[in-house]
Amino acid sequence: MSRTDVLVDADWVEAHLDDPSVVLVEVDEDTTAYEKGHITGAVRIDWRGDLQDPVRRDFVNRTQFETLMSRKGINNDHTVVLYGGNNNWFAAYAYWYFKLYGHRDVRLLDGGRKRWELDSRSLVLEVPDRQTTTYSAAEQDTSIRAFRDDALAAIGSLNLVDVRSPDEYAGRLLAPAHLPQEQSQRGGHVPTAVNIPWSKSANDDGTFRSDEELTALYTGAGVDFGKDTIAYCRIGERSAHTWFVLHELLGQPNVRNYDGSWTEYGSLVGVPVQLGDTPGNPAGGGA
Amino acid sequence: MCGSTTGGLSVEGIDVTKEAVVQGVVLRSGEPVGGAYVRLLDSGGEFTAEVPTSATGHFRFFAAPGSWTLRVLAPGAATVDHGVVAEQGVVAEVEVEV
Repeated sequence: MSRTDVLVDADWVEAHLDDPSVVLVEVDEDTTAYEKGHITGAVRIDWRGDLQDPVRRDFVNRTQFETLMSRKGINNDHTVVLYGGNNNWFAAYAYWYFKLYGHRDVRLLDGGRKRWELDSRSLVLEVPDRQTTTYSAAEQDTSIRAFRDDALAAIGSLNLVDVRSPDEYAGRLLAPAHLPQEQSQRGGHVPTAVNIPWSKSANDDGTFRSDEELTALYTGAGVDFGKDTIAYCRIGERSAHTWFVLHELLGQPNVRNYDGSWTEYGSLVGVPVQLGDTPGNPAGGGA
Repeated sequence: MCGSTTGGLSVEGIDVTKEAVVQGVVLRSGEPVGGAYVRLLDSGGEFTAEVPTSATGHFRFFAAPGSWTLRVLAPGAATVDHGVVAEQGVVAEVEVEV
C-alpha cells in the first residue's frame, strides 16, 4: 500500500467533486461544524450519534453500520474520503471504523478541515440529497481493535503508545485542554507505555509528516517495529490518528487501537497506573 | 451576557475554582477573526490542544497551572506565538493580534 492509496490532498478533492464514485464525509468533534459550512457534496457522520450504540458504551453493530451507510448514500464500491476538524482526529477515528467493518477504499484528506480553511478553499451550506443504497458490512476486524485485557496484557511486553499530550500522560491533565478537566477517572498512563503525542506526527497545518520523519519519530521514542503495538489516548480518536500513521502510512502489520482508552483504563479497579513523565515499570506507581 | 467576564466568553456553568482557564480573542487590525486556529503549547513547546475561534474571534482552554504558549494560525496571516500564565481558579484573558 502506498500513501496515495490512503491519503489525498485538497487539489485531488477539488478535482473529484463531481466524481460519482467518490463520497466526501465530514466527521467532527463539534458536530455542528458541518452546518456552518462543508466541502461541496460532503455528507456528515456524527461520531457520537451515528457511530456509538445509544445505550451501552460500544460501537454500532454490523447491521446498524449497514443501515447508516445506506442512509448516507454510500455503497461498498464508493471511494470514501473523510475529513474533519481537530486535525482529522475524528475523521481518522471514522477511517478506522470503516476499516473495522471492511470498507475497501477509504482515504483521509491530508490536513482536514483546517488546512482547507487556511487555504481559503470553498465551503458551502447546501446539504446533498443522496440516494439510499444497499450496503453490506463485514464482521468487525478485531485485529485492529484492542480491548482492556489486551492493554493490560501488553504491559511490559508489547509496544504501548500513549498519544495524548505530555501533561495528560503524566497525570497533570485529565482531558485535552479544550475540555473541562473535571473527570471521574484517575490521572496517569498505562505502565511501560511510551508517550508519543499524536501531534508529533503532523505539521502545524494538520498534514502528516513524511514517512522518513514518522519512522524516525517512533523508533527514536522506543517503539520496536518487531513487536505488536497498541495505541491509546483518552477516548480512542487521537489514537486512531496514530493507528492510521503506523498501520496505513508506515504499513506496520500488527497495530491495534484501544478505543476504551484512558476513560476506561483510568476507571478500572485494581489495575496498575503510572504517574509522571517516564514509562515506569509494570507495577506502576507515583512520579 | 449573564456571567460573562469583561470582553470575554461567558463562564456560566463552569466551576472556575477547579479550572485554570485561558481564553481570549484573535484580532486583525482590532477586528475579531473567526475561523482562526489557536493551539495551546506546553512549556516544552508540545501541542496540548487546539480550537478554531468562534464567529466573534473567541477561544477557550482548560489548562493546568503554569506557563503556556498560544500559537495562532489564520488564513493569510503569519503564525503568531503569545505567552500566557494559567492559574487555578483564575480566568486568564488574552488578546492576540495577527
